[in-house]
Amino acid sequence: MSKYSVIGQRVHRVDGPEKVTGGAKYTFDLVLPNMLYGKILRSPHPHAKILKIDTSKAEKLIGVKAVVTGKDTLGRKQGIWRRFPELCDEEILCREKVRYIGDPVAAVAAIDEDTAEEALDLIEVEYEPLPAVFDPLEAIKEDAPQIHEGVELNINVTRHIEWGDVDEAFKKCDHIREDQFKCSSQAHVCMETHDAVASFGYDGKLTVWTSTQSSYYIQRLLADMTGLRESDIRVIKPPTGGGFGSKFELDSAQFCASVLSMKLCKPVKIVLTREEEFTATKRRTPMYYYVKLGAKKDGTLLAKETRVITEGGAYTAMGATALYLTGFFSSFPYKYPNYRYDGYRVYTNTAPTSAMRGFGAPQSTFVGESQLDMMAEDLGIDPIEIRRKNGMTPNYEVPGQAYIQSCGLHQCLDKIEEHIKERGKLPPNRGIGIAAYGFMSGGIFNWFDTPYAFSAAIVRINIDGKVDLFTGACDIGQGSDTTLSMICAEELGVRLEDIRIHSGDTGICPADLGAWGSRETLMNGNAVKMAAADAKRQIMEFAAAKLGANIVYDMDIKDRWIHFVDRPERGVSYFDIVKEAIRGKYGEVIIGRGHYTPHRKGMISPAYSFGAQAAEVAVDTETGRYKLVNVTTAHESGTVINPVGIEGQLEGAIMMAGGYGFCEDQPMDEGKILNPSIADYKLIRSLDMPETKILEIDTYEPEGPFGAKEAGEGLTNPTAGAIANAVYKAVGVRINDLPITPEKVLRALKEKKKKIK
Amino acid sequence: MKKELRLTVNGQPYELYIKPKTLLVEALRDQLGLTGTKRGCNESACGACTVILNGMAVKSCSILALQADGGEVLTVEGLARGTELHPLQKAFLDYGAFQCGFCTPGMLMSATALLDENPKPTKEQIKEGIDGNICRCTGYNSIIRAVTAVVKGEYKEEK
Repeated sequence: MSKYSVIGQRVHRVDGPEKVTGGAKYTFDLVLPNMLYGKILRSPHPHAKILKIDTSKAEKLIGVKAVVTGKDTLGRKQGIWRRFPELCDEEILCREKVRYIGDPVAAVAAIDEDTAEEALDLIEVEYEPLPAVFDPLEAIKEDAPQIHEGVELNINVTRHIEWGDVDEAFKKCDHIREDQFKCSSQAHVCMETHDAVASFGYDGKLTVWTSTQSSYYIQRLLADMTGLRESDIRVIKPPTGGGFGSKFELDSAQFCASVLSMKLCKPVKIVLTREEEFTATKRRTPMYYYVKLGAKKDGTLLAKETRVITEGGAYTAMGATALYLTGFFSSFPYKYPNYRYDGYRVYTNTAPTSAMRGFGAPQSTFVGESQLDMMAEDLGIDPIEIRRKNGMTPNYEVPGQAYIQSCGLHQCLDKIEEHIKERGKLPPNRGIGIAAYGFMSGGIFNWFDTPYAFSAAIVRINIDGKVDLFTGACDIGQGSDTTLSMICAEELGVRLEDIRIHSGDTGICPADLGAWGSRETLMNGNAVKMAAADAKRQIMEFAAAKLGANIVYDMDIKDRWIHFVDRPERGVSYFDIVKEAIRGKYGEVIIGRGHYTPHRKGMISPAYSFGAQAAEVAVDTETGRYKLVNVTTAHESGTVINPVGIEGQLEGAIMMAGGYGFCEDQPMDEGKILNPSIADYKLIRSLDMPETKILEIDTYEPEGPFGAKEAGEGLTNPTAGAIANAVYKAVGVRINDLPITPEKVLRALKEKKKKIK
Repeated sequence: MKKELRLTVNGQPYELYIKPKTLLVEALRDQLGLTGTKRGCNESACGACTVILNGMAVKSCSILALQADGGEVLTVEGLARGTELHPLQKAFLDYGAFQCGFCTPGMLMSATALLDENPKPTKEQIKEGIDGNICRCTGYNSIIRAVTAVVKGEYKEEK
């Protein structure tokens, strides 16, 4: 029997009943009295000077209440890397220059969306088009147009990571490979597009309801941009229709709705259209990869050198972090004694590239796992074996970078090996490819410059024993409200239905950095556990007095029963003690507080999850088309708090990461995204979805709440690489640039035939 | 010029005066306040706005409200009977067949229409039945398991 009564149970999501009945009210659904509707005018040019904006005709249109441009702002540039002012480079409402097709230049508030849309057509903007550059390999040249003043060669950020002596180590290698890869972009395609309802009153206070991954970041960034005091801004996150990395920076809907509302003292709602979502929000960072890998004959990896140039798009966004993480995770999940990474993020006149689920690691894993299979083949070693030989193990230190405590990679590889054996001999043109991976449980980064703890929680126990849990964690669909409620119930010794969670509302919840970098379960989970333990301690004081407990006895609460651990039948009801405790505190409710900030855990993350995945494909050699037959994942994420949640994360990741490997792409022409619609942007639908199998591996992470760690983004890392390796196994062609489309497979098959002839 | 529209939604008859260009999804959400039905793309590609019109699943962003004149519409708000959830809603909860929940109303309506027409679909037919609905969170397989559970009779509807 499990030692836990809530954790590990298959429970309904706490937000479930409202979501399956249409009762959940998203920002998209909100209507306030007297509310106006906003629309945003965007640049049609990839790079141009703004000479003049004439809004007079638009203002005269009946029903239009306000038109704003950059002149109505404080003229500040914003960015999420707040500690580095030179990286805060985005105005949102551009004053002098636009840098990509979709850059906002004006916004309108009107009585309805149709009128606002009509008004956009009446705004006259005079541009002077400038030479533009779209490819980072072009943008980095001497004669390329300069996108940001004073930024030489358009180099936005550089990152260097190094340990050991790479050059010496290469001299000792028996075999060295040098390869190049290209990783494509990807759109998040949240089902709810970016949206916001902003309401500024004559009292000088601004309330913003918005679909976001971090209400705290949005509150702080809006304060930077509007000049309001941080605490005069309340950001509320209603149920949110997906995020995947696209919703933790300040966006045009939030900012323009706020600016318009502040001008009018009326609520303004802006919902981005699907086309805006594709063209004018951020996207996965495309990367050019050069990798040199050196090994001994027996498959021992001695050295790796990685150089990456990323397509930055017009602004920094979270791209600086993607640049760093792709470099760090290029070493994953292996023990390289010598490693060097140099990354360059280059501005281009394209939509800004930023965070997306996996945050640089799906790219590095595709590259690393593809190349490792090539190396294994060169050396005549089994792909599982080479991974086993070099894979990380518990209590391993990545030299000078990170400390890994729990690690179940080897068990995962064993399980995947068994799975491949079970599949037996495959029919022709079918192959199974594998990829191993790891990921962080939240980042130890404070580029945002928050003075607060990374996570915090407050537990309030009311007279009826119901527990209000307040946390700034943001449930964007991944299920943190449920997971955190489970942690709270377990620690406190009550049932899940005793918890009511209040999350993502800066007006009532303590600050939390939000849902990114797979941080909520570990970081916020620790804060919630601490807050619940604090509240529990206060209850236990009264219980011990009531029961006349001998000081040597241990007491605990399980399933609402406060009892002696050694004689569980002796005890008292949780509800009775809560009533007495509140009476004993002169009527004050019981409040517990908790917080968490990682310390002494290296530079990256307090904990890492690991896994291995096998993708099976069936290729049609006539057309190059292939089917994803099965994707099986052996995954370890420490103690499983919410098993239904993990299944959902895993299968969902395969849809998204499989799409990255298989079909999702954003082709461009002169900076214009050519497929800005769901009809044209190919996603995996139910008929394309492979069979999925999950092989859960038990581990325990000492740093995590009840031993838990991340299970969100890491799962998006392996699939593209596993598909690439599977296609190679199936038909012997190696595709080094994503996505692996039928055209590329067919072309490679033809090349291969020619060579054989 | 506004036109008169008569529509029965979730068993309730309505008379509305609407602009002829009003889409069915707009009439449901903006005029009747039935915001359970979502919009994800406005080009009948994502399926978030799926409702059942006269027994058929339709994407309510792809037809004018006036085309539904005299019709009967079922939206996600009409699935439960009072406080008793529809078998599909129960199965979605048990099998974790949703995460962010934004596609869920449309997904439930597509699945309902499928089972109304064919109470014993095969797995492939279930996949076909929801192929017009994009879910960016779940990877569909939990949805397929939930629908399969209903097909197998795990959730008997109380009469």
